Amino acid sequence: MNDPGLLCLLGGVIALLTAATLVGALLTRKHGRTQTMVNLRQRVNAWWWMTGVLCISLALGRSGLFGLWALLSFLALREFLTLSPLVKGDHRTLALVFFVILPVHWIFAWLPWYGMFLIWIPVYAFVIIPVRGALAGDTDRFLERTARIQWGVLTCVYFLSYLPMLLYLPIPGYEGQNAKLLCFVVLVTQLSDVFQYIFGKLFGKHPIAPKVSPSKTREGFLFGGTAAVALGTGLWWATPFTPGQAALMSALLVVAGFLGGLVMSAVKRSLGAKDWGRGIPGHGGVLDRLDSLLFSVPLFFHATGFAFGTRLAVSLELPEWIRQWLTPWQW
Amino acid sequence: MTGTLLAFVVRLATGVRMTHEAEDPSPRVYFSNHSSHLDALVIWAALPGDVRARTRPVAAAEYWTRGPLRRWLSGRVFHAVLIPRDPAHMKSADPLGSMLAALDAGSNLIVFPEGTRSETGEIGLFKPGLYHLAQRHPAVPLVPVYLENLNRILPKGEHLPVPLIGQAVFGAPLPQITEHEPKADFLKRARQAVIRLASGNLVPSHE
Repeated sequence: MNDPGLLCLLGGVIALLTAATLVGALLTRKHGRTQTMVNLRQRVNAWWWMTGVLCISLALGRSGLFGLWALLSFLALREFLTLSPLVKGDHRTLALVFFVILPVHWIFAWLPWYGMFLIWIPVYAFVIIPVRGALAGDTDRFLERTARIQWGVLTCVYFLSYLPMLLYLPIPGYEGQNAKLLCFVVLVTQLSDVFQYIFGKLFGKHPIAPKVSPSKTREGFLFGGTAAVALGTGLWWATPFTPGQAALMSALLVVAGFLGGLVMSAVKRSLGAKDWGRGIPGHGGVLDRLDSLLFSVPLFFHATGFAFGTRLAVSLELPEWIRQWLTPWQW
Repeated sequence: MTGTLLAFVVRLATGVRMTHEAEDPSPRVYFSNHSSHLDALVIWAALPGDVRARTRPVAAAEYWTRGPLRRWLSGRVFHAVLIPRDPAHMKSADPLGSMLAALDAGSNLIVFPEGTRSETGEIGLFKPGLYHLAQRHPAVPLVPVYLENLNRILPKGEHLPVPLIGQAVFGAPLPQITEHEPKADFLKRARQAVIRLASGNLVPSHE
């Protein structure tokens, strides 16, 4: 938190939000309190809250950040599973997911025990969930129900948890500055959403997948995406990247963010809902805000790890302090 | 204190919140569908603090007097009006009398006219208790409440609630009972009032 670059990033966000609030107030004065204006104000207010929470968690350090994202992944998963038509036979499986699988995953992430973080959900949880379901004995639409829970856990918990894991990514010459990388990802992905929304409203004509999400247009994606890449490139000084690399990584975030949002929209439609929830006024649910991060974060993590990181494999092993703690028992 | 804390925890854990607020301070009866042990707790927790303090759930004596924890919860935290479920005790215990006494003392009541928890979440037929209550106290507003998703948060037969999102939808009070309204008609429209609130506004209906 005492990194001047990080303070600059957060200061920039606050300046941007102040500007948005002022513009909103001016527009409201000019056009009156229309539906769009009320929605705009709600959205900006929600952004203030989200920025505030992010700042506080950054100030609390590593544990604060992991705590925040663990909570967000819990809220997202709960929205996902609330909308999914599950039956009584799933009750114990859900209890296991919420009370064991999710917290254990976040403990592995926080420790960090990279090896277990990688496989706890894709291997262990994916075995545990169908086993518990089969033991409950309800075979009606068994595969469908199991797959729903697995999908929810994979996206809302596993994919999302790669974001705070960025803190541990060893990048030579960038030690102790990883919080900025995390802010970079959140900023570019979220602003890409905002830009695509604005440009879509202004110039949007040709929907990309009208059935899935009528508001996602070719124009919005192209102009909004370009603006977000430009912004990301301009933030290269906060990242371990050169301006050219920052542009490429921003493009990755924009494209993956767009696709993640599109897929989650399709899932949402297939569940018969328009919004994931009503937790954030003006936005819908928590998942409506996080959907674009779901795909972009793990891709960004691995791309950065492969291209710039070193020694990732070292942390596949048991963390040293756990090993020392276990030694007296001769494990 | 315990009550405020408990209400906070329940609101947090189940995401339940009141979507329509009734302002009238006079004693009233909340009646709702019943699918989970959490139901009374959820309505109670969704109410604003001052209303909550004088709202008493009507609950089965057999369940709520078993063990010190339940006795403490029902007696000291919820101030439940306990009604024996076993019909053999019904006559001697005068369940209607104790409910009326609570209303006369200025308390609100939470009742579940289905009498038992539904397995599927579907709303069963109403038992006549609500009718007798309305007949004896026609001026007391009867407020329908629809509890959504509680049967998934804590279904019948389970002990551990899962933190899915639930909701308590409060409706407008039922139009007053007329003098010669048949029992069946009254119970039918009371049940309809709860069903009308169940428009699937939290979880979209499937198929």
